[in-house]
This record gives sequence, structure tokens and C-alpha cells, in this order.
Amino acid sequence: MSDGLWIILIGALVASSCALVGCFLVLRRLSMLGDAISHAVLPGIVLAFFFSGSRDILPMMIGAGAMGLLTAWLTDVLSRFGKLQNDAAMGVTFTWLFAIGVILVSRFTGQVDLDVDCVLYGEIEYAPFTPMEWMTSNGLVALGPRAVWLVGFMTLANLAFVVLGYKYLKVCAFDSALAASMGINVTLWHYVLMGFVSATTVAAFESVGAVLVVAMLIVPPNTAYLLTDRLSHMLILSVLIGALSSVLGYGIAYTIDGSTAAGIAVAAGFFHLLAVFFAPRYGVLVRFLHRPKWISPEEQV
Amino acid sequence: MLPSKWLALLETYRAAAMDSPWVTFFQFNSVNVIYVTLGCIILGMTAGLIGSFAFLRKRSLLGDAMSHAAWPGIGAAFMLQGAKDPWVILLGALLSCWLGAMVIEGLVRYTRCKEDSALGIVLSVFFGLGTLISTHIQHTGNADQAGLNKFFFGQAAALVKDDVMVLGCLGIFMCLGVLLAYKEFKIVSFDPDFAQATGLPTRWISLALATLIVFAVCIGLQVVGVVLMAAMLVTPAAAARYWTERLSVMLFLAALIGAFSGFLGAYISYLGPKMPTGPWMVVAVTTLFLFSFFLAPKRGVVPRLWRMALFRKKTARENVLRSLYKFGESIQNWDAPHTLADLVQARRMALPLLRRTMAGLVQDGLLIETSQGLYQLSDTGLKRGARLTRLHRLWELYLTSKLEIAPDHVHDDAEEIEHILTPELERRLVEELDIPKIDPHGSHIPAGGTS
Repeated sequence: MSDGLWIILIGALVASSCALVGCFLVLRRLSMLGDAISHAVLPGIVLAFFFSGSRDILPMMIGAGAMGLLTAWLTDVLSRFGKLQNDAAMGVTFTWLFAIGVILVSRFTGQVDLDVDCVLYGEIEYAPFTPMEWMTSNGLVALGPRAVWLVGFMTLANLAFVVLGYKYLKVCAFDSALAASMGINVTLWHYVLMGFVSATTVAAFESVGAVLVVAMLIVPPNTAYLLTDRLSHMLILSVLIGALSSVLGYGIAYTIDGSTAAGIAVAAGFFHLLAVFFAPRYGVLVRFLHRPKWISPEEQV
Repeated sequence: MLPSKWLALLETYRAAAMDSPWVTFFQFNSVNVIYVTLGCIILGMTAGLIGSFAFLRKRSLLGDAMSHAAWPGIGAAFMLQGAKDPWVILLGALLSCWLGAMVIEGLVRYTRCKEDSALGIVLSVFFGLGTLISTHIQHTGNADQAGLNKFFFGQAAALVKDDVMVLGCLGIFMCLGVLLAYKEFKIVSFDPDFAQATGLPTRWISLALATLIVFAVCIGLQVVGVVLMAAMLVTPAAAARYWTERLSVMLFLAALIGAFSGFLGAYISYLGPKMPTGPWMVVAVTTLFLFSFFLAPKRGVVPRLWRMALFRKKTARENVLRSLYKFGESIQNWDAPHTLADLVQARRMALPLLRRTMAGLVQDGLLIETSQGLYQLSDTGLKRGARLTRLHRLWELYLTSKLEIAPDHVHDDAEEIEHILTPELERRLVEELDIPKIDPHGSHIPAGGTS
């Protein structure tokens, strides 16, 4: 398999895993919480780096997961006990954690192998050269890029989560009051979802970086949201659009010699733009053509 | 007089202290320190000021989206020009920020995207575009990437005279803008519908406000960088909100908090190597925020919880007094002692809370504990119990006779209001109800002790 195909595959897997949980963020109007979490995991990752001294995925997952949940929790606490509006609570929390993360990065540079570019833009271009190695009786055997295994596993985990919890997630997303009255633990599902968002963010982090995770979490689900009214269709469409963005994004990045992750984000934005104008029911064009005509009082009579 | 040995020791300490960065900072020996500090203070001040309006309009995260949206503009300015003229970069940033603001507005207005999604989409896609441009520059090697990267995390330490001039000019311009349009911004922030109804051009005012945010973001990028600029817009405003209910005071406080954290950021980064200014500014402002969050006298969490605890205590005590009064009423003998068990049954209070409440009441002389461990009302306790019962029944009567609520629906409401009614309201109730004697359930309303 050529490097290009590996990169496209990784991009598509990142897009799929993000889109699956992103749909629920979009529906619950928590899009910016995805942004907040993807920034706030930075100190968790740095600390995990510092303490484990390696780029092992498990400590990173734990550190970042903890920070992600901390963000969701702090936002909740600030807005509930501090009577602060939700968006401001989120803004205060994640910028604070991100600032701490940046301070830690600049304190520990040299001691840990973590550079800012990797955190921001990811290094999907180098992913094919970091193979997953298995210890067998014949020694180390390399089986495809590490990122494919990691993001692939995350996609499967998210898929399992969405399929198994579909009923609950759906009710919580559309009518949390109804969900509560049906005896569903809305708070628990909220935090489980946040946990999955954090884990997905970390898994995608290495490949696409902190900020572009947000593009994958929000943009394809929103594009799908413009195209359909059914949750199941929205999930499938957003995964498809994410995968298509990966292909187109790789093309863009290859053509102009830029970052692939950024190319994917731009491609996702391009598809969203198409949907904004040409969506069959909610597109601007259709709405413009079907706009109600003004009828003068004489004509009405 | 101290021995000369001690004096010499003190002198060495003093000399060492004078040389330490904690002190040398304030001597402002290097002109660079002055520029950095000034830049940070101006930025903190203007961001706090402008951010307050965004905060009140519940658009705190607009700053976050805007600061990411500036990224392609900066990249494009670099690509076209390559040099580091701050005005050109500023122009690029302004244009793309502004475009981002328009796209957000358009998405919310013309599609079914919600506001949070619109913010997220613009933030991430614009940032993606910017990254594409910047990596393109990096790979083609036209301009040095280091110059570009400084906008991501900000490089306050690299501020030079020209940058500070730009900052200062724009800062003054924005403060003037806020002063001139203060009334309009105020009305649009608090009640956009009312503003529209009075014929104000709300869309233009919103646009002007968004433009000011765009300007604030653009001058902040160089100092604190893309992500942390969002903090300088949100956090000072959120902190100031805890101290006041007045917009003018809030603006002043937010500007002050922003300026002070700007100063702290510059100070801390002077103290040691590898101390980035922007992040320390954010940590400082968040610390000030947390201080306000916990301790601000009226809206802070600790004073509020304290007031709530006091009120709960008062309610528990008054409930006990009223129950004992009602026990006495049922046997027409208010001197008879009662057991804890009676009260537990009547009030369904947790036993530890009840014990604490009783002990407090005994201490304050409202209750008398008999030698058998029973409780009876003292004279003052009896008066208080009678008054509470009176308020309770007056209110019940008011609800049934004036608001025509069924008698079996009024108890819970009266149960809450009896702790709050003032003598003034009591007098008004008595007047309204023509000096009543009997409540809707046929019980006697105790005579007022004071009125």
C-alpha cells in the first residue's frame, strides 16, 4: 500500500470516529465543547509525556481523558454554582487549561520529545513511517502504521458506543427532559459522551492536531444535519462526508504542498459550503426559490 | 542598635534583592521591558473592555472563533508580502476575521445551523485554511515560518516600538468607540428586542460591536496568540461580572482586571527563562477570576452559600418554634413540654439537624430544656411562634380571599413566605383583610404582638 493511501485511510478513520460522536455534540448544541476539550487535553498530554517519558498511547489517553472530563465538569460547576453563562464558563475553563499546557510545554521542551507543531497540526504525513510492531517468536513484526491501528480501534469503539447506546443518546440529544422522565441518567450519558469525545480527540491528535480535530468533530455532522432530518441518516452521511473530505483534502494538500490535516479541514468546509447552498430541503438556493411570494391585498380578494 | 555583623548581613541581602529579577523589573532598565509591559497592559485593558459586551450578549466564544479566523489572513499577508510590517499583517488579519464574522452571521441567519455550530465551523475551517497556507509557505520556503508561528502562541517578549504604537493607536481608537456608542451598545447588549422596537439600527450596532471584537482580536494575536486571545476577551468580563450589577462599573473593572493581568504576565515572564508571557497572562487573569468567583461579596460562591446556610438555619429554627406553638394551641396550654419525637413527627426534619436547631434555640433563650430532656417555649419563643403562625395564616387567608385559591392549595406557599414577610407587609396584609381573626381552615389567627 502506498503512503498516500495510508494517509487517506488514516484521515478517513479520524473523520469517521470524530463524526460519530460529533453528531451528538452538534445536536446537543455543544459544538464548542468539542473545541474546548480538544484544547484542554494539552496539559494532560504533556503531563503524561513527562511522567511516562514516552509516547505510549495509554498514559496519554488517561491524561487527556482526565483533562477532557475535567473541562466538561468545570464548565458545569462554573455555570451551575457560579451562575455563569455556559459559553463563558467554557471559555474560561479551556483557555486556562490550554495556557497551563503551553507553559508546561515550554518548561519541559528539551526534556520531552513534544514539539508544538505536532500538537497543533499533527503529523499525518509521517504516520505511515511509524509502524505498529508486534512481539512474536520471530522477533518484531511490523503490521501497518501505528496510527491506523489506533484510530481504527477508536472508530470501532465509537461505533460500538453509538450502536449500543443509540436509543439513550438519541433521547438525550433531542429531549433531555423526556429522557430524565423516562429514568435515563442524563448526566451519566453526558459524561460518558464527553469521555468518548476526549478519547477520540487524543486518538486523532497525533494525526491531525488539536485544532483540526474540531473540524472533524463538527463540520461533517453539520453538513449531514443540513441534508437530513433522521439521526441514523445523519450519522451515516457524516461518516461518508468525513471520508470524502479525507480523499479531497489529501488531493488539495498534495497539489499545493501543504499540511494534509489542514487540507482535510478545508475539504470538509468545502462540502459544508456545498450543502449550505444546494441541500435539497434546507439549502439556501431551495429556500430562495420557494420563498413565500408577497401577495397584495387586492389579489387576495 | 543592631550589631555590625548583622548589619553587614542585611546589607548583602539587600544588595542581592536589588539584583534579583523581582526588583530589577521595576527599574525598567531596558526599553524592551517597557514596551512589553505596556503592550500587555494595553491589550489586557482593551480586550477586557470589548469582551464585556461580547460576554453580555452571550457571545463569549465569538472571540475564540474570530482569533482562529484571523489565521488565513495572516498567512496570506505573509505570502504576498513576506516582510513583517505589522500594519499589513494586521490588515490581513482584520479582513479574514471580518469575513469569518460575516460567515457566522450568515450561517445562523440563512441556514439551520445553530450559533455554536456556526462558531465551530468558521473556527476550524478558517484555521484549516490558514494552516494550509502557512505550511505551503513553509514548504516552499518563501518566508520564514518563525515569523508566522509567533502569531499562534504570541510573542509578547518580541514586541518592539512599532508594535506597541499599533497597539496603542488601536487601543485608543477602540476605547473612544466604546465611549461614543456606549448607550447604543448598552441597550443592544441587554435588550436587543427593545432596541429594535425603539427604532435603533440594531444590525449596524451589532456589526460595529463585532468589528470592535475583530480589532481587539487582531491586536491581541501578536501578544498572546490565537487561542489565548479568547481568554483575554472572556475571562476579565466574567470576573468583573461577579462584583457589580452596573455596566459602567463592570466595564471599568474588566479593563482593570485585564490590564493588571497583562502587567502580571509581563512581570512573571521577566522572572525566569522559558516563561511565556501570553500563557502567564491567562493564568493570572484566571486566578483573578477564581478569586472573584469564590469571594466576590454579593455574587461570589462562598458568600452566597454562607447566606443560604444562614437562611436555612433561620428557617429550621422558625419551623420548630411554629410547631411548638401549634402543639400548645391544640391543647390550649403553651407551657406544656414536648419531646423531640413529637417534633420529628411534625416536621420530618433529620434528627441531627433538629438537635442542633434545638440547642441553638435553647442557647438564645427561645426554648427551655426541662430536666427530663423535654422542651417548652420561653416567653420570647412563644411570641415568635405566635407571630410566625400569624404570618402563615394571614398569607393563607390572603391567597384564598384575594387570589381565590382553594384553601387546600395555600399551605405550602405560606410555609415558605412566613420566613420572609416583613412587619411592613404584615401591616398591609392586615389592612387588606380588614383585621381578620380566622384563617381559611378555621383556625384562630394569633394577635400581632408588635403591631
